[in-house]
Amino acid sequence: MSTTLEPSGAAAPDAAAAIKGASVRRGDRVFLGLSRGAGVLILVIMAAIAAFLVWKAVPSLQANTANFFTTSEWTPDADPAYFGIAALAFGTLMTALIALVLAVPVGIGIALFIAHYANRRLGSALGFITDLLAAVPSIIFGMWGLEFLMPQMQGFLQWLTQYFGWIPLFQNDLGIWTRSIMIAGTVLAIMVLPTISAISREVFVQVPREHIEAALALGATRWEMVRMAIFPFAKPGMISASMLGLGRALGETIAVALILSANYVINWQITEPGGNTFAANIALRWNEAGPIGLSALVASGLVLFVITLAVNMAARLIIARRAEFSGANG
Amino acid sequence: MSEQTPVSPAEERAESDRLLHDALAGGKLPRWAPWGAGAAALVLAVVLNAVTFIDGVAGTLVVAALLFAVIQSTWSFAVEGRRHAVDRLATTLIYTTFLVALAPLVAVLATVIIRGMKALSMDFLLTSMRGVSPREEGGGVYHALVGTIEQVGIAALIGVPLGIMTAIYLVEYAAQARSRRLARAVSFFVDVMTGVPSVVVGLFIYTSVILTLGMERSGFAASLALTILMIPVVVRSTEEMLRIVPRDLREASYALGIPKWRTILKVVLPTALSGIITGAMLAIARVAGETAPLLLTTFMSQSINFNPFQGPQAALPLFIWDQFNSGTTASQDRAWAGALVLITLVMLLYLTAKIIARYTGVKK
Repeated sequence: MSTTLEPSGAAAPDAAAAIKGASVRRGDRVFLGLSRGAGVLILVIMAAIAAFLVWKAVPSLQANTANFFTTSEWTPDADPAYFGIAALAFGTLMTALIALVLAVPVGIGIALFIAHYANRRLGSALGFITDLLAAVPSIIFGMWGLEFLMPQMQGFLQWLTQYFGWIPLFQNDLGIWTRSIMIAGTVLAIMVLPTISAISREVFVQVPREHIEAALALGATRWEMVRMAIFPFAKPGMISASMLGLGRALGETIAVALILSANYVINWQITEPGGNTFAANIALRWNEAGPIGLSALVASGLVLFVITLAVNMAARLIIARRAEFSGANG
Repeated sequence: MSEQTPVSPAEERAESDRLLHDALAGGKLPRWAPWGAGAAALVLAVVLNAVTFIDGVAGTLVVAALLFAVIQSTWSFAVEGRRHAVDRLATTLIYTTFLVALAPLVAVLATVIIRGMKALSMDFLLTSMRGVSPREEGGGVYHALVGTIEQVGIAALIGVPLGIMTAIYLVEYAAQARSRRLARAVSFFVDVMTGVPSVVVGLFIYTSVILTLGMERSGFAASLALTILMIPVVVRSTEEMLRIVPRDLREASYALGIPKWRTILKVVLPTALSGIITGAMLAIARVAGETAPLLLTTFMSQSINFNPFQGPQAALPLFIWDQFNSGTTASQDRAWAGALVLITLVMLLYLTAKIIARYTGVKK
């Protein structure tokens, strides 16, 4: 690379050109081109993901004899092909919802603890713990969910059915409490916890010192300070943290595929075995699928892509607006 | 009444001072209140454990925690009033989240270590699964280790430079008027890309590289999927590092007549190097455990294959998936041992990265 610096071709006659020689400018141009190219490549990849998924989903959508959005069955390789995403969408949203309900309060609590409650050492210890939790591979969470968490949750789920069975969600007619949407949602909650707490923490530490001290000086207790100074400031950040967690929960594959005993039924009784998600279905059906079956899985993947894209873009826009706002205020 | 003890003026003043202070400060629980409430809650929980349906260590601890919250809040409500009671309750809940975060990590690590030690041995690391049926014991993870190292290595070879170049563009060139809008779009989509599910990336590589370009399912196809997953992580961490390189360094270099691209290569990047390496290692750790994209882009193999471009090639996550789903005792033991190897690998990468970050890093 250093060769580019040598005067190129005819030595520049005048001093100005010698200092800012053509070769130097060429080096800069090449480097700018490379780095801009890398940036553009990212846009190209994102566009290509959408384009290829649409393109390869079309054959199955054309062959499909059922309504793609309202059908629960999944028999794309039958003749005629008959499949739809209703049950997958239900399972995906339900597991993600359970994950959020469990993970958002805890994640925000962790972020508050790190940012405003703990001393520096305890806080960074907890930050380290959540980082490690984020590093555990998905497949290990799945195995752990089956091996450890599921037996541990039996008692609690039975108790839930016994005392809250009158709520349709917790009713259990089978008398089996394994491999359910509830358990998958709980594992997902643990998996999205680091995302939610990391991003909430980022906004919590941005709360202006003056707001906090003003609240405390007026005699607020620490919790009142949190409610009156921190939450209003950090609200957009907390919302987008939750949405990014949601995005992760929606797309999580292997852990869910291991835990659920997959079927294609919409069952609101979430402590019973069963359920399926977009991502898990793709992993489970991939190797047995024929050409139309693969295309159908691509179609379901496209729906998942669109949903996660929408969730992520919305989350980023919310947090970006916040950043501009706080920047304008110093 | 008539025998009232005489009160000295000094004592009278002290007494009125105390009354005034109490009126202003309000009641306060003693400093040992949390410990006292905790001990009381624990004792009560143990008693309940003995006489009621509550059982098990975990159950007792949960009940003790609930009792602690109730006892302390009620006590505080009686002495300090509603606001302080709520404050104490909130503090209790926020401290509890610490345990809620710690518990799954400890449980996951403990489960993996305990279950994984059964089949783990030197042999396990150095043999493949060739000719070993799922029911038999023995066999190992060597072929999968080879595959993972090659696939992740190739992914890093492509993804890290791409990520670094993108970050350079965002930090060093975005300020130029012509680049501003493009840079903003790139930055936004890097963020969005972080959220693309790994299984969708697998689908993309399958539909583009395999179906359209006609490449066979191979370790290299898996590398490409991992590359895409890696890029946004590398971009973000590198960007963060480049931004904290002091402006003065760049300006000093420009003042000496060094062109911008050489300034970036020789001044900015070396200054941020340790941070960039840390980021790259974290990205590698993140993708090393990915299972879903591999499932869609490679075929599982039970034998050693050093060539990522041709033929089926195993990988650690695939090995675990395959063995776990075989469902026999021997294969499940192997799956857990594989999980132990994988998690050790990931954690080592992770910890090394953190240690590098801690002891080097850009000095401000």
